[in-house]
Amino acid sequence: MTDATKAQTTPTLRSLLAESPILIAGLSILGFWLMVAILAPWIAPFRPNENLVPMALPGQRTPDGRLMLLGADHLGRDVLSRIIYGGRTVLTYAPLATLCAYSVGVTLGLIAGYKGRWIDELLSRFADLVLAFPVIVLYIVIIQKFGASGLNILIAVTLASSPGIMRLVRGVVLDLRTRAYVSAAQMRGESTFYILFVEILPNARGPLIVDACLRLGYVTITIGTLGFLGLGIPPPTPDWGSMINESRHFALVFPHMAVFPCLAVSSLVLGFNLIADGLRELSLAD
Amino acid sequence: MARLIAQRLFNSAVSIALVSIALFLIFELSPETVAADALGQYSTREQRDLWLAANGYFEPMHVRFLDWVRRCVTGEFGQSRLYNRPVSDVLGPRLAASATLAALFFSVLIPLSLGLGIAAGMREGSMLDRGISFASILTTSVPPFASAVLLTAIFVFWLGLLPGTSSMVDGFRWKELILPAAVLLLYDFGYLARITRASMADVMQTAYIRTAALKGLPDWWIIFRHALRNALIPPFTVIMLQINWLIGGVVVVEFFFAYKGFGSLILEASLTHDLFLLQACTAVSVLLAVGTQTIADIGYGLLNPRIRVAAAK
Repeated sequence: MTDATKAQTTPTLRSLLAESPILIAGLSILGFWLMVAILAPWIAPFRPNENLVPMALPGQRTPDGRLMLLGADHLGRDVLSRIIYGGRTVLTYAPLATLCAYSVGVTLGLIAGYKGRWIDELLSRFADLVLAFPVIVLYIVIIQKFGASGLNILIAVTLASSPGIMRLVRGVVLDLRTRAYVSAAQMRGESTFYILFVEILPNARGPLIVDACLRLGYVTITIGTLGFLGLGIPPPTPDWGSMINESRHFALVFPHMAVFPCLAVSSLVLGFNLIADGLRELSLAD
Repeated sequence: MARLIAQRLFNSAVSIALVSIALFLIFELSPETVAADALGQYSTREQRDLWLAANGYFEPMHVRFLDWVRRCVTGEFGQSRLYNRPVSDVLGPRLAASATLAALFFSVLIPLSLGLGIAAGMREGSMLDRGISFASILTTSVPPFASAVLLTAIFVFWLGLLPGTSSMVDGFRWKELILPAAVLLLYDFGYLARITRASMADVMQTAYIRTAALKGLPDWWIIFRHALRNALIPPFTVIMLQINWLIGGVVVVEFFFAYKGFGSLILEASLTHDLFLLQACTAVSVLLAVGTQTIADIGYGLLNPRIRVAAAK
Protein backbone atom coordinates (compact mmCIF):
# COMPACT_ATOMS: atom_id res chain seq x y z
CA MET A 1 0.00 0.00 0.00
CA THR A 2 1.28 3.45 -0.83
CA ASP A 3 1.92 5.63 2.17
CA ALA A 4 1.03 9.26 1.58
CA THR A 5 3.76 10.55 3.83
CA LYS A 6 6.52 8.65 2.05
CA ALA A 7 8.85 10.76 -0.08
CA GLN A 8 8.36 10.01 -3.77
CA THR A 9 11.57 9.28 -5.62
CA THR A 10 11.75 9.24 -9.38
CA PRO A 11 13.91 6.26 -10.34
CA THR A 12 16.26 6.62 -13.28
CA LEU A 13 16.33 3.98 -16.00
CA ARG A 14 19.69 2.69 -14.80
CA SER A 15 18.61 2.21 -11.19
CA LEU A 16 15.40 0.55 -12.42
CA LEU A 17 17.40 -1.92 -14.49
CA ALA A 18 19.55 -2.77 -11.51
CA GLU A 19 16.55 -3.10 -9.21
CA SER A 20 14.13 -4.92 -11.45
CA PRO A 21 15.35 -6.57 -14.65
CA ILE A 22 11.93 -8.25 -14.83
CA LEU A 23 10.18 -4.90 -15.20
CA ILE A 24 12.59 -3.83 -17.94
CA ALA A 25 12.08 -7.10 -19.79
CA GLY A 26 8.29 -6.66 -19.62
CA LEU A 27 8.46 -3.02 -20.75
CA SER A 28 10.71 -4.03 -23.66
CA ILE A 29 8.26 -6.66 -24.88
CA LEU A 30 5.34 -4.23 -24.61
CA GLY A 31 7.39 -1.50 -26.31
CA PHE A 32 8.24 -3.87 -29.15
CA TRP A 33 4.58 -4.69 -29.82
CA LEU A 34 3.56 -1.04 -29.51
CA MET A 35 6.14 -0.08 -32.15
CA VAL A 36 4.97 -2.93 -34.38
CA ALA A 37 1.34 -1.83 -34.04
CA ILE A 38 2.06 1.85 -34.67
CA LEU A 39 4.37 1.23 -37.63
CA ALA A 40 2.23 -1.56 -39.13
CA PRO A 41 1.59 0.02 -42.56
CA TRP A 42 5.31 0.67 -43.04
CA ILE A 43 6.81 -2.59 -41.78
CA ALA A 44 4.21 -5.13 -42.96
CA PRO A 45 5.38 -6.70 -46.23
CA PHE A 46 1.81 -7.11 -47.56
CA ARG A 47 -1.65 -5.74 -46.95
CA PRO A 48 -3.37 -7.86 -44.27
CA ASN A 49 -6.26 -9.01 -46.47
CA GLU A 50 -4.32 -9.45 -49.73
CA ASN A 51 -4.81 -12.94 -51.24
CA LEU A 52 -1.46 -14.31 -52.39
CA VAL A 53 -0.54 -18.01 -52.34
CA PRO A 54 -2.94 -20.21 -50.26
CA MET A 55 -1.25 -22.51 -47.72
CA ALA A 56 2.21 -21.13 -48.56
CA LEU A 57 4.86 -22.52 -46.20
CA PRO A 58 7.14 -20.23 -44.21
CA GLY A 59 9.87 -18.83 -46.44
CA GLN A 60 7.96 -19.46 -49.69
CA ARG A 61 7.84 -16.66 -52.28
CA THR A 62 4.93 -15.14 -54.17
CA PRO A 63 4.96 -15.57 -58.00
CA ASP A 64 6.51 -12.11 -58.31
CA GLY A 65 9.30 -13.11 -55.96
CA ARG A 66 8.38 -11.43 -52.69
CA LEU A 67 9.21 -13.37 -49.52
CA MET A 68 6.47 -14.62 -47.18
CA LEU A 69 8.59 -15.08 -44.08
CA LEU A 70 5.96 -16.88 -41.98
CA GLY A 71 3.95 -18.34 -44.88
CA ALA A 72 0.32 -17.70 -45.77
CA ASP A 73 -3.04 -18.93 -44.46
CA HIS A 74 -5.75 -20.92 -46.26
CA LEU A 75 -6.90 -17.81 -48.13
CA GLY A 76 -3.37 -16.94 -49.14
CA ARG A 77 -3.01 -14.01 -46.74
CA ASP A 78 0.51 -13.35 -45.47
CA VAL A 79 0.72 -14.57 -41.83
CA LEU A 80 3.42 -12.07 -40.81
CA SER A 81 1.44 -9.09 -42.14
CA ARG A 82 -1.71 -10.28 -40.40
CA ILE A 83 0.18 -10.69 -37.11
CA ILE A 84 1.58 -7.16 -37.47
CA TYR A 85 -1.84 -5.66 -38.18
CA GLY A 86 -3.43 -7.94 -35.54
CA GLY A 87 -1.16 -6.21 -33.02
CA ARG A 88 -3.14 -3.05 -33.73
CA THR A 89 -6.43 -4.82 -33.01
CA VAL A 90 -5.35 -6.34 -29.71
CA LEU A 91 -3.45 -3.25 -28.52
CA THR A 92 -6.56 -1.18 -29.22
CA TYR A 93 -9.17 -3.42 -27.65
CA ALA A 94 -7.28 -4.79 -24.64
CA PRO A 95 -6.30 -1.40 -23.15
CA LEU A 96 -9.65 0.12 -24.11
CA ALA A 97 -11.61 -2.72 -22.47
CA THR A 98 -9.40 -2.59 -19.37
CA LEU A 99 -9.89 1.18 -19.19
CA CYS A 100 -13.68 0.83 -19.44
CA ALA A 101 -13.69 -1.87 -16.75
CA TYR A 102 -11.49 0.31 -14.54
CA SER A 103 -13.60 3.45 -14.96
CA VAL A 104 -16.71 1.56 -13.88
CA GLY A 105 -15.01 -0.60 -11.24
CA VAL A 106 -13.05 2.23 -9.61
CA THR A 107 -16.05 4.58 -9.48
CA LEU A 108 -18.32 1.94 -7.96
CA GLY A 109 -15.60 0.77 -5.56
CA LEU A 110 -14.92 4.32 -4.35
CA ILE A 111 -18.62 4.94 -3.77
CA ALA A 112 -19.21 1.57 -2.07
CA GLY A 113 -16.18 1.91 0.19
CA TYR A 114 -16.69 5.56 1.09
CA LYS A 115 -20.47 5.72 1.42
CA GLY A 116 -20.94 2.28 2.97
CA ARG A 117 -24.37 1.23 4.26
CA TRP A 118 -27.10 0.35 1.77
CA ILE A 119 -25.20 1.58 -1.30
CA ASP A 120 -22.29 -0.69 -0.37
CA GLU A 121 -24.66 -3.57 0.34
CA LEU A 122 -26.43 -3.12 -3.01
CA LEU A 123 -23.26 -2.81 -5.07
CA SER A 124 -21.56 -5.71 -3.31
CA ARG A 125 -24.60 -7.92 -3.88
CA PHE A 126 -24.54 -7.04 -7.56
CA ALA A 127 -20.82 -7.84 -7.71
CA ASP A 128 -21.47 -11.21 -6.07
CA LEU A 129 -24.15 -11.87 -8.65
CA VAL A 130 -21.82 -11.26 -11.59
CA LEU A 131 -18.94 -13.13 -9.96
CA ALA A 132 -21.18 -16.18 -9.42
CA PHE A 133 -21.10 -16.80 -13.17
CA PRO A 134 -18.19 -18.68 -14.63
CA VAL A 135 -16.60 -15.87 -16.67
CA ILE A 136 -16.70 -17.72 -19.97
CA VAL A 137 -20.42 -18.42 -19.59
CA LEU A 138 -21.02 -14.71 -19.07
CA TYR A 139 -19.18 -13.94 -22.31
CA ILE A 140 -20.95 -16.67 -24.25
CA VAL A 141 -24.39 -15.52 -23.05
CA ILE A 142 -23.72 -11.84 -23.74
CA ILE A 143 -22.21 -12.40 -27.18
CA GLN A 144 -24.98 -14.86 -28.09
CA LYS A 145 -27.59 -12.34 -27.05
CA PHE A 146 -26.12 -9.20 -28.58
CA GLY A 147 -23.90 -10.50 -31.37
CA ALA A 148 -20.13 -10.46 -31.89
CA SER A 149 -18.66 -6.99 -32.39
CA GLY A 150 -15.90 -4.84 -30.99
CA LEU A 151 -18.32 -2.77 -28.94
CA ASN A 152 -20.02 -5.83 -27.42
CA ILE A 153 -16.62 -7.23 -26.45
CA LEU A 154 -15.90 -3.98 -24.60
CA ILE A 155 -19.27 -4.22 -22.84
CA ALA A 156 -18.80 -7.88 -21.95
CA VAL A 157 -15.28 -7.36 -20.56
CA THR A 158 -16.44 -4.32 -18.57
CA LEU A 159 -19.36 -6.21 -17.09
CA ALA A 160 -17.25 -9.25 -16.22
CA SER A 161 -14.17 -7.47 -14.83
CA SER A 162 -15.52 -4.39 -13.06
CA PRO A 163 -16.96 -6.29 -10.04
CA GLY A 164 -13.50 -7.67 -9.24
CA ILE A 165 -11.95 -4.20 -9.56
CA MET A 166 -14.76 -2.76 -7.46
CA ARG A 167 -14.02 -5.20 -4.63
CA LEU A 168 -10.33 -4.37 -4.70
CA VAL A 169 -10.94 -0.61 -4.64
CA ARG A 170 -13.60 -0.94 -1.95
CA GLY A 171 -11.16 -2.80 0.29
CA VAL A 172 -8.48 -0.13 -0.12
CA VAL A 173 -10.97 2.71 0.47
CA LEU A 174 -12.28 1.13 3.67
CA ASP A 175 -8.72 1.46 4.96
CA LEU A 176 -8.01 4.93 3.56
CA ARG A 177 -11.21 6.72 4.52
CA THR A 178 -10.19 6.84 8.18
CA ARG A 179 -6.99 8.76 7.39
CA ALA A 180 -6.45 12.28 8.66
CA TYR A 181 -6.25 13.88 5.21
CA VAL A 182 -9.72 12.58 4.39
CA SER A 183 -11.12 14.05 7.62
CA ALA A 184 -9.32 17.31 6.82
CA ALA A 185 -10.95 17.45 3.39
CA GLN A 186 -14.35 16.68 4.93
CA MET A 187 -13.81 19.47 7.44
CA ARG A 188 -12.90 21.93 4.67
CA GLY A 189 -16.26 21.06 3.15
CA GLU A 190 -14.95 19.51 -0.05
CA SER A 191 -17.45 17.70 -2.25
CA THR A 192 -17.68 13.91 -2.16
CA PHE A 193 -16.46 13.83 -5.75
CA TYR A 194 -13.34 15.80 -4.79
CA ILE A 195 -12.61 13.59 -1.79
CA LEU A 196 -13.03 10.39 -3.78
CA PHE A 197 -11.04 11.29 -6.87
CA VAL A 198 -8.50 13.82 -5.57
CA GLU A 199 -7.83 12.68 -2.00
CA ILE A 200 -8.47 8.93 -1.91
CA LEU A 201 -7.87 7.63 -5.44
CA PRO A 202 -4.26 8.88 -5.83
CA ASN A 203 -3.36 7.20 -2.54
CA ALA A 204 -4.93 3.92 -3.61
CA ARG A 205 -2.93 3.72 -6.83
CA GLY A 206 -0.23 1.27 -5.65
CA PRO A 207 -2.21 -1.99 -5.63
CA LEU A 208 -4.35 -0.73 -8.53
CA ILE A 209 -1.44 -0.30 -10.94
CA VAL A 210 -0.17 -3.85 -10.33
CA ASP A 211 -3.70 -5.21 -10.71
CA ALA A 212 -4.21 -3.20 -13.91
CA CYS A 213 -1.13 -4.77 -15.54
CA LEU A 214 -2.20 -8.28 -14.55
CA ARG A 215 -5.68 -7.50 -15.83
CA LEU A 216 -4.34 -6.19 -19.13
CA GLY A 217 -2.70 -9.58 -19.67
CA TYR A 218 -5.87 -11.33 -18.65
CA VAL A 219 -8.05 -9.20 -20.95
CA THR A 220 -5.62 -9.93 -23.79
CA ILE A 221 -6.15 -13.64 -23.12
CA THR A 222 -9.92 -13.10 -22.97
CA ILE A 223 -10.06 -11.24 -26.29
CA GLY A 224 -7.86 -13.93 -27.83
CA THR A 225 -10.09 -16.67 -26.42
CA LEU A 226 -13.24 -15.02 -27.78
CA GLY A 227 -11.63 -14.75 -31.21
CA PHE A 228 -10.48 -18.36 -30.95
CA LEU A 229 -14.02 -19.52 -30.10
CA GLY A 230 -15.46 -17.59 -33.05
CA LEU A 231 -17.12 -15.01 -30.78
CA GLY A 232 -14.60 -12.23 -31.34
CA ILE A 233 -14.14 -9.29 -33.65
CA PRO A 234 -15.76 -10.34 -36.95
CA PRO A 235 -13.58 -11.18 -39.98
CA PRO A 236 -11.77 -10.04 -42.04
CA THR A 237 -10.23 -7.71 -39.39
CA PRO A 238 -6.85 -9.23 -38.58
CA ASP A 239 -7.05 -10.50 -34.99
CA TRP A 240 -4.72 -13.05 -33.40
CA GLY A 241 -7.46 -15.12 -31.80
CA SER A 242 -9.55 -15.23 -34.98
CA MET A 243 -6.45 -16.20 -37.00
CA ILE A 244 -6.05 -19.24 -34.78
CA ASN A 245 -9.76 -20.03 -35.04
CA GLU A 246 -9.76 -19.86 -38.84
CA SER A 247 -6.65 -22.01 -39.21
CA ARG A 248 -7.28 -24.58 -36.49
CA HIS A 249 -8.73 -27.09 -38.99
CA PHE A 250 -5.39 -27.07 -40.79
CA ALA A 251 -3.32 -27.11 -37.60
CA LEU A 252 -2.45 -30.80 -38.02
CA VAL A 253 -1.10 -30.29 -41.55
CA PHE A 254 0.03 -26.66 -41.69
CA PRO A 255 0.77 -25.72 -38.08
CA HIS A 256 2.56 -22.49 -39.08
CA MET A 257 -0.76 -20.72 -39.72
CA ALA A 258 -1.76 -21.08 -36.05
CA VAL A 259 1.57 -21.36 -34.24
CA PHE A 260 2.87 -17.85 -35.00
CA PRO A 261 -0.22 -15.97 -33.78
CA CYS A 262 -0.06 -18.13 -30.63
CA LEU A 263 3.53 -17.07 -30.02
CA ALA A 264 2.55 -13.45 -30.61
CA VAL A 265 -0.29 -13.43 -28.08
CA SER A 266 1.75 -15.38 -25.51
CA SER A 267 4.66 -12.95 -25.74
CA LEU A 268 2.38 -9.93 -25.27
CA VAL A 269 0.71 -11.49 -22.21
CA LEU A 270 4.16 -12.38 -20.87
CA GLY A 271 5.10 -8.71 -21.25
CA PHE A 272 2.12 -7.55 -19.18
CA ASN A 273 2.75 -10.23 -16.52
CA LEU A 274 6.44 -9.34 -16.23
CA ILE A 275 5.57 -5.66 -15.81
CA ALA A 276 3.06 -6.54 -13.08
CA ASP A 277 5.59 -8.77 -11.33
CA GLY A 278 8.33 -6.17 -11.58
CA LEU A 279 6.09 -3.42 -10.20
CA ARG A 280 5.01 -5.64 -7.32
CA GLU A 281 8.63 -6.41 -6.52
CA LEU A 282 9.47 -2.70 -6.53
CA SER A 283 6.52 -1.78 -4.32
CA LEU A 284 7.49 -4.51 -1.84
CA ALA A 285 11.08 -3.27 -1.82
CA ASP A 286 10.01 0.27 -0.89
CA MET B 1 -20.05 -24.19 13.26
CA ALA B 2 -23.60 -25.09 12.33
CA ARG B 3 -24.35 -21.41 12.24
CA LEU B 4 -21.47 -20.76 9.86
CA ILE B 5 -22.68 -23.51 7.53
CA ALA B 6 -26.26 -22.26 7.68
CA GLN B 7 -25.10 -18.72 6.95
CA ARG B 8 -23.02 -19.79 3.95
CA LEU B 9 -25.81 -21.97 2.58
CA PHE B 10 -28.24 -19.08 2.95
CA ASN B 11 -25.85 -16.74 1.09
CA SER B 12 -25.51 -19.26 -1.72
CA ALA B 13 -29.26 -19.69 -1.92
CA VAL B 14 -29.65 -15.91 -2.25
CA SER B 15 -26.96 -15.86 -4.96
CA ILE B 16 -28.67 -18.62 -6.90
CA ALA B 17 -32.06 -16.92 -6.57
CA LEU B 18 -30.61 -13.64 -7.88
CA VAL B 19 -28.80 -15.40 -10.70
CA SER B 20 -31.97 -17.21 -11.74
CA ILE B 21 -33.83 -13.90 -11.94
CA ALA B 22 -30.98 -12.42 -13.99
CA LEU B 23 -30.94 -15.43 -16.32
CA PHE B 24 -34.71 -15.25 -16.73
CA LEU B 25 -34.48 -11.58 -17.67
CA ILE B 26 -31.61 -12.19 -20.12
CA PHE B 27 -33.20 -15.16 -21.84
CA GLU B 28 -36.94 -14.65 -21.69
CA LEU B 29 -37.59 -10.93 -21.53
CA SER B 30 -38.40 -10.66 -25.23
CA PRO B 31 -40.50 -13.69 -26.23
CA GLU B 32 -40.17 -12.68 -29.88
CA THR B 33 -36.48 -13.69 -29.98
CA VAL B 34 -37.23 -16.86 -28.02
CA ALA B 35 -39.71 -17.92 -30.70
CA ALA B 36 -37.26 -17.00 -33.44
CA ASP B 37 -34.59 -19.11 -31.73
CA ALA B 38 -36.92 -22.05 -31.22
CA LEU B 39 -38.44 -22.11 -34.71
CA GLY B 40 -35.55 -20.83 -36.74
CA GLN B 41 -35.17 -17.56 -38.57
CA TYR B 42 -37.36 -18.58 -41.53
CA SER B 43 -40.50 -19.09 -39.44
CA THR B 44 -43.45 -16.79 -40.15
CA ARG B 45 -45.04 -14.38 -37.73
CA GLU B 46 -48.17 -16.63 -37.35
CA GLN B 47 -46.05 -19.68 -36.59
CA ARG B 48 -44.15 -17.78 -33.92
CA ASP B 49 -47.34 -16.47 -32.31
CA LEU B 50 -48.84 -19.98 -32.27
CA TRP B 51 -45.68 -21.36 -30.70
CA LEU B 52 -45.59 -18.58 -28.09
CA ALA B 53 -49.25 -19.20 -27.19
CA ALA B 54 -48.72 -22.97 -27.00
CA ASN B 55 -45.72 -22.56 -24.69
CA GLY B 56 -47.42 -20.12 -22.37
CA TYR B 57 -45.46 -17.03 -23.31
CA PHE B 58 -48.54 -14.79 -23.24
CA GLU B 59 -48.98 -15.51 -19.53
CA PRO B 60 -48.12 -12.70 -17.10
CA MET B 61 -44.48 -12.23 -16.13
CA HIS B 62 -44.62 -13.78 -12.64
CA VAL B 63 -46.34 -16.95 -13.93
CA ARG B 64 -43.63 -17.32 -16.54
CA PHE B 65 -40.93 -16.74 -13.95
CA LEU B 66 -42.33 -19.43 -11.65
CA ASP B 67 -42.51 -21.75 -14.64
CA TRP B 68 -38.84 -21.05 -15.39
CA VAL B 69 -37.93 -21.80 -11.77
CA ARG B 70 -39.90 -25.06 -11.96
CA ARG B 71 -38.02 -26.04 -15.11
CA CYS B 72 -34.68 -25.30 -13.44
CA VAL B 73 -35.57 -27.30 -10.35
CA THR B 74 -37.04 -30.34 -12.10
CA GLY B 75 -34.43 -30.33 -14.85
CA GLU B 76 -37.08 -30.39 -17.56
CA PHE B 77 -35.58 -27.71 -19.72
CA GLY B 78 -37.47 -28.68 -22.84
CA GLN B 79 -36.40 -30.06 -26.18
CA SER B 80 -32.98 -29.37 -27.67
CA ARG B 81 -33.45 -28.13 -31.21
CA LEU B 82 -29.92 -29.11 -32.23
CA TYR B 83 -30.15 -32.73 -31.04
CA ASN B 84 -33.93 -33.13 -31.23
CA ARG B 85 -33.96 -34.80 -27.81
CA PRO B 86 -34.81 -33.66 -24.28
CA VAL B 87 -32.09 -31.35 -23.00
CA SER B 88 -31.44 -33.49 -19.92
CA ASP B 89 -30.68 -36.53 -22.13
CA VAL B 90 -28.04 -34.53 -23.99
CA LEU B 91 -26.60 -32.93 -20.88
CA GLY B 92 -25.95 -36.08 -18.79
CA PRO B 93 -23.31 -37.83 -20.91
CA ARG B 94 -21.60 -34.53 -21.71
CA LEU B 95 -21.26 -33.67 -18.03
CA ALA B 96 -19.86 -37.14 -17.34
CA ALA B 97 -17.28 -36.70 -20.11
CA SER B 98 -16.13 -33.37 -18.71
CA ALA B 99 -16.04 -34.81 -15.20
CA THR B 100 -13.62 -37.47 -16.47
CA LEU B 101 -11.38 -34.78 -17.92
CA ALA B 102 -11.61 -32.72 -14.71
CA ALA B 103 -10.80 -35.78 -12.58
CA LEU B 104 -7.66 -36.46 -14.61
CA PHE B 105 -6.73 -32.77 -14.39
CA PHE B 106 -7.11 -32.57 -10.60
CA SER B 107 -5.42 -35.92 -9.96
CA VAL B 108 -2.25 -34.57 -11.60
CA LEU B 109 -2.60 -30.91 -10.58
CA ILE B 110 -2.94 -31.41 -6.83
CA PRO B 111 0.12 -33.61 -6.16
CA LEU B 112 2.24 -31.71 -8.68
CA SER B 113 1.46 -28.15 -7.57
CA LEU B 114 1.33 -28.86 -3.85
CA GLY B 115 4.57 -30.82 -4.06
CA LEU B 116 6.39 -28.08 -5.95
CA GLY B 117 4.90 -25.32 -3.81
CA ILE B 118 5.82 -27.02 -0.52
CA ALA B 119 9.34 -27.78 -1.73
CA ALA B 120 9.82 -24.17 -2.86
CA GLY B 121 8.25 -22.67 0.29
CA MET B 122 10.46 -24.73 2.62
CA ARG B 123 13.57 -23.07 1.27
CA GLU B 124 12.68 -19.56 0.15
CA GLY B 125 15.09 -18.06 -2.38
CA SER B 126 16.62 -21.40 -3.36
CA MET B 127 17.24 -22.38 -6.98
CA LEU B 128 14.09 -24.51 -6.98
CA ASP B 129 12.06 -21.61 -5.57
CA ARG B 130 13.29 -19.17 -8.22
CA GLY B 131 12.90 -21.76 -10.96
CA ILE B 132 9.25 -22.38 -10.04
CA SER B 133 8.48 -18.67 -9.84
CA PHE B 134 9.97 -18.10 -13.27
CA ALA B 135 8.27 -21.13 -14.81
CA SER B 136 4.91 -20.08 -13.46
CA ILE B 137 5.15 -16.55 -14.93
CA LEU B 138 6.02 -18.16 -18.25
CA THR B 139 3.27 -20.79 -18.26
CA THR B 140 0.50 -18.48 -17.04
CA SER B 141 1.37 -16.18 -19.96
CA VAL B 142 0.50 -18.81 -22.54
CA PRO B 143 -3.31 -18.78 -22.94
CA PRO B 144 -4.91 -22.25 -23.06
CA PHE B 145 -5.89 -21.85 -26.72
CA ALA B 146 -2.26 -21.06 -27.59
CA SER B 147 -0.80 -23.95 -25.63
CA ALA B 148 -3.37 -26.25 -27.29
CA VAL B 149 -2.03 -25.22 -30.69
CA LEU B 150 1.61 -25.33 -29.60
CA LEU B 151 1.36 -28.73 -27.89
CA THR B 152 -0.50 -30.11 -30.91
CA ALA B 153 2.20 -28.81 -33.23
CA ILE B 154 4.93 -30.45 -31.12
CA PHE B 155 3.38 -33.76 -30.07
CA VAL B 156 1.09 -34.44 -33.03
CA PHE B 157 2.68 -32.74 -36.03
CA TRP B 158 6.42 -33.04 -35.34
CA LEU B 159 6.73 -36.00 -32.99
CA GLY B 160 3.58 -37.87 -34.03
CA LEU B 161 3.21 -39.29 -30.51
CA LEU B 162 -0.37 -38.40 -29.63
CA PRO B 163 -3.74 -38.14 -31.42
CA GLY B 164 -4.62 -34.59 -32.42
CA THR B 165 -8.35 -34.87 -31.72
CA SER B 166 -10.20 -36.27 -28.74
CA SER B 167 -13.55 -37.05 -30.33
CA MET B 168 -13.46 -40.65 -28.96
CA VAL B 169 -14.99 -41.96 -32.20
CA ASP B 170 -13.49 -45.44 -31.63
CA GLY B 171 -14.70 -45.61 -28.05
CA PHE B 172 -13.03 -44.20 -24.96
CA ARG B 173 -9.24 -43.98 -25.10
CA TRP B 174 -7.10 -42.46 -22.33
CA LYS B 175 -4.54 -41.39 -24.91
CA GLU B 176 -6.97 -38.84 -26.32
CA LEU B 177 -7.35 -37.20 -22.91
CA ILE B 178 -3.63 -36.51 -22.45
CA LEU B 179 -3.38 -33.34 -24.56
CA PRO B 180 -6.58 -31.66 -23.26
CA ALA B 181 -5.55 -32.32 -19.66
CA ALA B 182 -1.98 -31.18 -20.37
CA VAL B 183 -3.21 -27.84 -21.76
CA LEU B 184 -5.28 -27.17 -18.63
CA LEU B 185 -2.41 -28.24 -16.37
CA LEU B 186 0.17 -26.13 -18.12
CA TYR B 187 -1.83 -22.95 -17.56
CA ASP B 188 -2.86 -23.67 -14.00
CA PHE B 189 -0.15 -25.60 -12.14
CA GLY B 190 2.11 -22.56 -11.70
CA TYR B 191 -0.64 -20.51 -10.11
CA LEU B 192 -1.51 -23.14 -7.51
CA ALA B 193 2.18 -23.81 -6.87
CA ARG B 194 2.76 -20.11 -6.19
CA ILE B 195 -0.17 -19.93 -3.75
CA THR B 196 1.12 -23.02 -1.93
CA ARG B 197 4.65 -21.64 -1.88
CA ALA B 198 3.58 -18.28 -0.42
CA SER B 199 1.48 -19.98 2.24
CA MET B 200 4.24 -22.46 3.12
CA ALA B 201 6.83 -19.69 3.30
CA ASP B 202 4.59 -17.74 5.72
CA VAL B 203 4.11 -20.74 7.97
CA MET B 204 7.82 -21.61 8.00
CA GLN B 205 8.57 -18.19 9.52
CA THR B 206 6.18 -18.56 12.44
CA ALA B 207 7.30 -18.96 16.01
CA TYR B 208 5.84 -22.43 16.50
CA ILE B 209 7.89 -23.84 13.62
CA ARG B 210 11.03 -22.30 15.12
CA THR B 211 10.10 -23.76 18.48
CA ALA B 212 9.66 -27.20 16.92
CA ALA B 213 13.02 -26.89 15.17
CA LEU B 214 14.72 -25.75 18.42
CA LYS B 215 13.24 -28.70 20.28
CA GLY B 216 15.29 -30.81 17.87
CA LEU B 217 12.41 -32.44 16.05
CA PRO B 218 13.33 -33.99 12.70
CA ASP B 219 12.54 -31.94 9.55
CA TRP B 220 9.95 -34.34 8.16
CA TRP B 221 8.09 -34.31 11.48
CA ILE B 222 8.02 -30.50 11.52
CA ILE B 223 6.79 -30.34 7.92
CA PHE B 224 4.12 -33.01 8.16
CA ARG B 225 2.88 -32.57 11.72
CA HIS B 226 3.12 -28.81 12.13
CA ALA B 227 3.63 -26.84 8.92
CA LEU B 228 1.35 -28.55 6.38
CA ARG B 229 -1.78 -28.35 8.52
CA ASN B 230 -1.78 -24.58 8.31
CA ALA B 231 0.03 -24.16 5.01
CA LEU B 232 -2.56 -26.15 3.06
CA ILE B 233 -5.58 -24.03 4.02
CA PRO B 234 -5.18 -21.36 1.29
CA PRO B 235 -4.40 -23.91 -1.48
CA PHE B 236 -7.52 -25.87 -0.51
CA THR B 237 -9.69 -22.79 -1.06
CA VAL B 238 -7.94 -22.03 -4.33
CA ILE B 239 -8.45 -25.59 -5.59
CA MET B 240 -12.18 -25.35 -4.95
CA LEU B 241 -12.36 -21.97 -6.66
CA GLN B 242 -10.59 -23.45 -9.70
CA ILE B 243 -13.91 -24.91 -10.85
CA ASN B 244 -15.02 -21.48 -12.00
CA TRP B 245 -11.87 -21.07 -14.05
CA LEU B 246 -11.88 -24.70 -15.16
CA ILE B 247 -15.25 -24.32 -16.89
CA GLY B 248 -13.67 -21.67 -19.11
CA GLY B 249 -10.58 -23.78 -19.77
CA VAL B 250 -12.74 -26.77 -20.54
CA VAL B 251 -14.71 -24.81 -23.16
CA VAL B 252 -11.46 -23.96 -24.94
CA VAL B 253 -9.83 -27.40 -24.92
CA GLU B 254 -13.01 -29.31 -25.70
CA PHE B 255 -13.65 -26.99 -28.64
CA PHE B 256 -10.10 -27.36 -29.96
CA PHE B 257 -9.78 -31.12 -29.48
CA ALA B 258 -13.42 -31.83 -30.48
CA TYR B 259 -14.01 -33.58 -27.14
CA LYS B 260 -17.71 -34.23 -26.57
CA GLY B 261 -18.03 -32.67 -23.13
CA PHE B 262 -19.95 -29.98 -21.29
CA GLY B 263 -17.70 -27.15 -22.47
CA SER B 264 -18.14 -27.84 -26.16
CA LEU B 265 -21.88 -28.34 -25.58
CA ILE B 266 -22.38 -24.86 -24.11
CA LEU B 267 -20.51 -23.35 -27.05
CA GLU B 268 -22.52 -25.36 -29.58
CA ALA B 269 -25.74 -24.29 -27.87
CA SER B 270 -24.68 -20.66 -28.07
CA LEU B 271 -23.46 -20.71 -31.68
CA THR B 272 -26.56 -22.55 -32.96
CA HIS B 273 -28.99 -20.47 -30.83
CA ASP B 274 -30.36 -23.62 -29.18
CA LEU B 275 -31.99 -21.65 -26.39
CA PHE B 276 -33.25 -24.37 -24.04
CA LEU B 277 -29.92 -26.16 -24.20
CA LEU B 278 -28.08 -22.92 -23.49
CA GLN B 279 -30.38 -22.16 -20.54
CA ALA B 280 -29.72 -25.58 -19.07
CA CYS B 281 -25.96 -25.34 -19.56
CA THR B 282 -25.86 -21.88 -17.98
CA ALA B 283 -27.94 -23.01 -15.02
CA VAL B 284 -25.71 -26.06 -14.47
CA SER B 285 -22.49 -24.04 -14.71
CA VAL B 286 -23.71 -21.41 -12.25
CA LEU B 287 -24.82 -24.16 -9.88
CA LEU B 288 -21.36 -25.75 -10.13
CA ALA B 289 -19.59 -22.44 -9.53
CA VAL B 290 -21.74 -21.36 -6.58
CA GLY B 291 -21.73 -24.88 -5.14
CA THR B 292 -17.94 -25.21 -5.10
CA GLN B 293 -17.60 -21.70 -3.73
CA THR B 294 -19.89 -22.65 -0.85
CA ILE B 295 -17.89 -25.82 -0.18
CA ALA B 296 -14.70 -23.75 -0.23
CA ASP B 297 -16.15 -21.28 2.31
CA ILE B 298 -17.41 -23.98 4.63
CA GLY B 299 -14.24 -26.05 4.27
CA TYR B 300 -12.15 -22.99 5.06
CA GLY B 301 -14.13 -22.52 8.25
CA LEU B 302 -13.71 -26.18 9.20
CA LEU B 303 -9.96 -26.13 8.58
CA ASN B 304 -9.23 -22.79 10.16
CA PRO B 305 -9.82 -22.81 13.94
CA ARG B 306 -9.84 -19.01 14.13
CA ILE B 307 -12.87 -18.75 11.83
CA ARG B 308 -14.49 -21.78 13.45
CA VAL B 309 -14.26 -20.20 16.89
CA ALA B 310 -15.33 -16.76 15.68
CA ALA B 311 -18.39 -18.30 14.04
CA ALA B 312 -19.34 -20.17 17.20
CA LYS B 313 -19.51 -16.98 19.25
